[in-house]
Amino acid sequence: MKTIVIGVIGADVHAVGNKIIDYTLVNSGYNVVNIGVLSSQEDFINAAIETDADLIMVSSLYGHGEIDCRGMREKCIESGLEDILLYVGGNIVVGKQEFNEVKEKFVDMGFDRVYPPGTSIDNALEDIKEDLGE
Amino acid sequence: MPNYLLVDFGSTFTKLCSVDIDAEKILGTSAHYTTVSEDISIGYNKALNLLYDKIGKKIEFDQVIACSSAAGGLKMAAIGLVEELTVEAAKRVCLGAGAKVDLVFSHHLTKNEVRRIIKEDIDIILLSGGSDGGNSENVIFNAILLGEMGIKIPIIYAGNKSAEDDIRDIFEKYDMDGYICDNVMPKINKLNPKCARKTIRNIFLKQIIEAKGIKKIESEIDRVILPTPNAVLQAAKLLSEGYMEEKGLGDIVLIDIGGATTDMYSICYATSRSDVIMHGLEEAFAKRTVEGDLGMRYSAPGIVKSLSEQEIAFINKEKNIDIVKEVNERYKNVHLLPHDERDEFIDQFLAEMCAYRSMNRHCGRIHEVITPMGKVFNQSGKDLTSVNYVIGTGGVVINSKKQKEILNQTTNILNDQTQLRPKDPDFLVDQLYILAPMGLLAQKDPRLALKLMKENLKELK
Repeated sequence: MKTIVIGVIGADVHAVGNKIIDYTLVNSGYNVVNIGVLSSQEDFINAAIETDADLIMVSSLYGHGEIDCRGMREKCIESGLEDILLYVGGNIVVGKQEFNEVKEKFVDMGFDRVYPPGTSIDNALEDIKEDLGE
Repeated sequence: MPNYLLVDFGSTFTKLCSVDIDAEKILGTSAHYTTVSEDISIGYNKALNLLYDKIGKKIEFDQVIACSSAAGGLKMAAIGLVEELTVEAAKRVCLGAGAKVDLVFSHHLTKNEVRRIIKEDIDIILLSGGSDGGNSENVIFNAILLGEMGIKIPIIYAGNKSAEDDIRDIFEKYDMDGYICDNVMPKINKLNPKCARKTIRNIFLKQIIEAKGIKKIESEIDRVILPTPNAVLQAAKLLSEGYMEEKGLGDIVLIDIGGATTDMYSICYATSRSDVIMHGLEEAFAKRTVEGDLGMRYSAPGIVKSLSEQEIAFINKEKNIDIVKEVNERYKNVHLLPHDERDEFIDQFLAEMCAYRSMNRHCGRIHEVITPMGKVFNQSGKDLTSVNYVIGTGGVVINSKKQKEILNQTTNILNDQTQLRPKDPDFLVDQLYILAPMGLLAQKDPRLALKLMKENLKELK
């Protein structure tokens, strides 16, 4: 069974989407490790090491995603998680920025998949299946 | 009329407490230096004679039960994967079982670290790492290295369930004294101490007691059942929770300032508030922490170690003492008892430092986080603000003329709002040194143990 760490990063307490992601992924047969809201990069990474996770899915709903996610890939590499997949989604930047630019920014930061506001978890599920090979 | 004798073989003192079960009262208590290096029964018999003198006659005991922290106590090494997760979980399980955690290691062990386990005379190793179904590679690597380097002391494996079979094979291959337990952290931030704690206790009973020279006395006592700190934890838990119709004291904190360590126990849930978001590893209802660098004698130098030169100069000027010289004297002469006002003054000051700093490390923290949804509170560790009592024990507290000043150091004297220290507790002192004995009695007769504690703890006005 593949293991996915999910949670909401930074000073962000939006719990509803987090619960929906949890529910959907569990029902799709994944081992979900939900670290909840107000989580730091280190919380995600520590959980991924202990659970031998394949994927970290970062949610950010309050517009500060860019600051909160910066340096996360580097920390993963330092922690021995060179090959882990990183996804991010939600309202990850402030205001109405062109999504393609936003996406490029996060890809540059080392994220494998970046989702615009309003994405349903079902869409992401297709990518997860493809990336994790199940 | 059945009498029980409850014995605590401490690192410095052997303490005795006799209880009349029918009359439901403590007949007397006594203490003598522990004589573990020559023959532990010498000190025990001297303490017994002192007890007979106090009671006024020789009496028979139907049961003699003991706990022990003699000869350095139960020394453990805690090994895990990530520092904040399985390493912390392993450490807490050892402490809750009444052990002293001398060594803590994370990730892959190195040969040097294994050599330290051998050199420091560790009694038991707790090996953990990985949540269930999670990382197996790390624990397998560590188990093989421990096996290859010829570790023969008991090893408890309490890590990822998926690695259990491999670990069992490794234990067999290298002929190790291995035990398999449930994972101490089966899920992220979930603490599961029961199985490992029980195994620690069984190994303690079976092997450690003998190694610590207590076997010699076995003909005179019925059995040694617990490491002393575990007896104290049981007593504190009983005192807090109550038993049947005998009511408990509710949420409490207990501080034991000894020669080598300062132990702190809190019996309460992590928080009773609904408006905080908890962070980090789950907190136990009955939690024990041990500060190995805060103590009145062996560990006195530790008290000043982390102070800056400026702080030391300030203390010296303020108190008109040479604090560094004083702690070194205490370190060199661990049997020193204060014989004048000046010694008392310095011991008092050191005890206050131990109380303040050990609470600093035991209590939780809360931080306000401003989010677009408003203010939220992020808490890590335990919220002790509403505990009813802070209870003091240990020689320096019991003998102090200003007991309340020591215990008051556990409260929020500097008014740092992030520290969740007790806010306005009442203070009790274990004046007769009965907490560990009552933890022992609680195994037989919890109601009576609770009653005797409630009657004999002295309230500070």
